[in-house]
Amino acid sequence: MNSDVAGLRAEPIDAASLAASVGPDCGAVVTFEGRVRNVNEGRRVIRLHYDAYEKMADRIFADILRRTREAFPVTAIRVLHRTGTLAVGETAVVVAVAAGHREEAFAAARFVIEAVKAELPVWKREEYEDGSSRWLGGTETTGERSAGEGNGAA
Amino acid sequence: MASRLTTVTVRLFGRYRDLSADSTLDVDVPSRATVADLVAALHAMDLDVPLPDRPVVAVNHQPAPDGQALAADDEIALIPPVAGG
Repeated sequence: MNSDVAGLRAEPIDAASLAASVGPDCGAVVTFEGRVRNVNEGRRVIRLHYDAYEKMADRIFADILRRTREAFPVTAIRVLHRTGTLAVGETAVVVAVAAGHREEAFAAARFVIEAVKAELPVWKREEYEDGSSRWLGGTETTGERSAGEGNGAA
Repeated sequence: MASRLTTVTVRLFGRYRDLSADSTLDVDVPSRATVADLVAALHAMDLDVPLPDRPVVAVNHQPAPDGQALAADDEIALIPPVAGG
């Protein structure tokens, strides 16, 4: 049974309940949670705003799930990404992967978060203590990296 | 040789939203335009936000190659470098 879940969420994400939703038939569950950091490149961050292209994101999420399933023998995959305005410390992204054993669970969870960061059509604008803000650089969807990892999932 | 123009509406995201109040941009392109024609027209528009030489254009929610022809009912979007996570 393929019960994988992936999507954007406008409301807060609870990592613990997401990890608990993978079912009892898995010996290993790896959960990754990315949160908003209070400092980026030496500037005090007070909040992040996430923009997203939802219809394209649905397509990319489905592709990431398919490739993860092809590459790793996992039992369940959960991946949710926030949109909207997030305060420092709030959860921006959660990946939970269940598998029979830890090796494939860790590897698949890593694969999913790296794919999300490189491919998902999501953008973030940081707002700073001094009232200014800026859109962060990020990654071309072709996979080519440009300047700055930025805030969020480290 | 003059070619007839048609207008395509481009959806804007991330930093490109600042290009218009409603996050879309109407762009005049030659009839039977390709993605490359659209990018050339965007570069000719003197926009307030700098565009890379080859910005990613999504057609119907997928990144499109330069040579892809644009159809009247396509959903077209200008995709900045992604920055999720």
